Amino acid sequence: MRPMTMAASWRGRGLLVLAVLLFVAASAARAASSEADFKAAMAAADAAESEAGALKNQWTTTEDALAAARKAAAAGDFETAVADARQAEALAKASIAQAKDQETAWRAGVIR
Amino acid sequence: MKRPGSTVRTASLISVLAMLIAAAARPAIAAETIDPAADFRAFRDYFTKKFPDVPLNDFVNGPASMDADLRRQWQSIDDFPPYDFAVERGKQMFATPFANGKTYGDCFADKGIGIRQNYPYFDQTGGEVVTLELALNRCREANGERPYSYVKDEMASLTAYMAFTSRGKPFDIKIPNDPRALAAYQKGEQYFYARRGQLNFSCAGCHVQNPGNHIRTEVLAPALGLLAAMPIYRSEWNGMGTISRRFVTCNSQVRGVPLAPQDELYRDVEYYLSYMGNGLPVAGPGARP
Repeated sequence: MRPMTMAASWRGRGLLVLAVLLFVAASAARAASSEADFKAAMAAADAAESEAGALKNQWTTTEDALAAARKAAAAGDFETAVADARQAEALAKASIAQAKDQETAWRAGVIR
Repeated sequence: MKRPGSTVRTASLISVLAMLIAAAARPAIAAETIDPAADFRAFRDYFTKKFPDVPLNDFVNGPASMDADLRRQWQSIDDFPPYDFAVERGKQMFATPFANGKTYGDCFADKGIGIRQNYPYFDQTGGEVVTLELALNRCREANGERPYSYVKDEMASLTAYMAFTSRGKPFDIKIPNDPRALAAYQKGEQYFYARRGQLNFSCAGCHVQNPGNHIRTEVLAPALGLLAAMPIYRSEWNGMGTISRRFVTCNSQVRGVPLAPQDELYRDVEYYLSYMGNGLPVAGPGARP
């Protein structure tokens, strides 16, 4: 096995430092969810839930996640609030997809 | 001169094209055809063949028609029916005049006695399905009274009394030859078969595909005759509940946000299911675990 050269060793250390810096930067960005982030996430979740409501196919779990997001935001915990709002949006979108699928798929179960 | 293989290939091509066209056309035809009478026959056949030992009229007893142990419990409970108080209260309410001197009987045919089997019906003037619960609240409002909650208490008492006076009469739900009535019927059918809620259940998933099976500790009732014993006293509720309450609860149990009681879709699904139970006797009020 060839011994590592000095240059290669420095290059490896440089990459390691860069990776650590990127990780720290990403963590800082994640931790820094703001009220503005919450409002944006909540607006997207509310819009999706309204669409599910128009289809008369909302899920209780979406409502729970929306309530949890509002509660966390009211307590100043925007990181949790953003996560809950995104969860609500995902659930609402799943309920919309279900409703659209069932517009035709219901026929498969009908007794013939 | 044509080569022998070319005729075969052409014929094959035509038959494949014909199959594709037929396959594409079939759902469109099915989507446009609304035939309640054919649906009724298929529905009835499905349950009578699936449960050949259950007498037809016994389907109205729900889970008790599916499970011997449950039947014995139900018979014991019926020695002292827990819905008796509701029937008595409903009778008193029915006889008590509104502030304007009129009574519930003035709003209904035959003074409201023995008419449960005709509800819901399609009102061709208003272009909508009218359930007994809706008719009762409209009666109240027309006489200057505030409407009751649709899910329990007074409404359950009134419908319990009206069902009691109709016991044994065969359901006679009519679907007039009116495109709006057929559309309401089909919307009800769609609601019944469509999956909903985070648990992705349909009404049919429990009451068509799994009647007689357990879901947790409960025995699932068959869809045939499902509404015949309404309103019901449910031990789980520790009280009476209407058809509206049953629909709201079903939706919640699959993690779906319930519609408002007496929402148009709930009335449509009641119309569809009640029509499927035509000919079965009124058995309400009932008692369920």
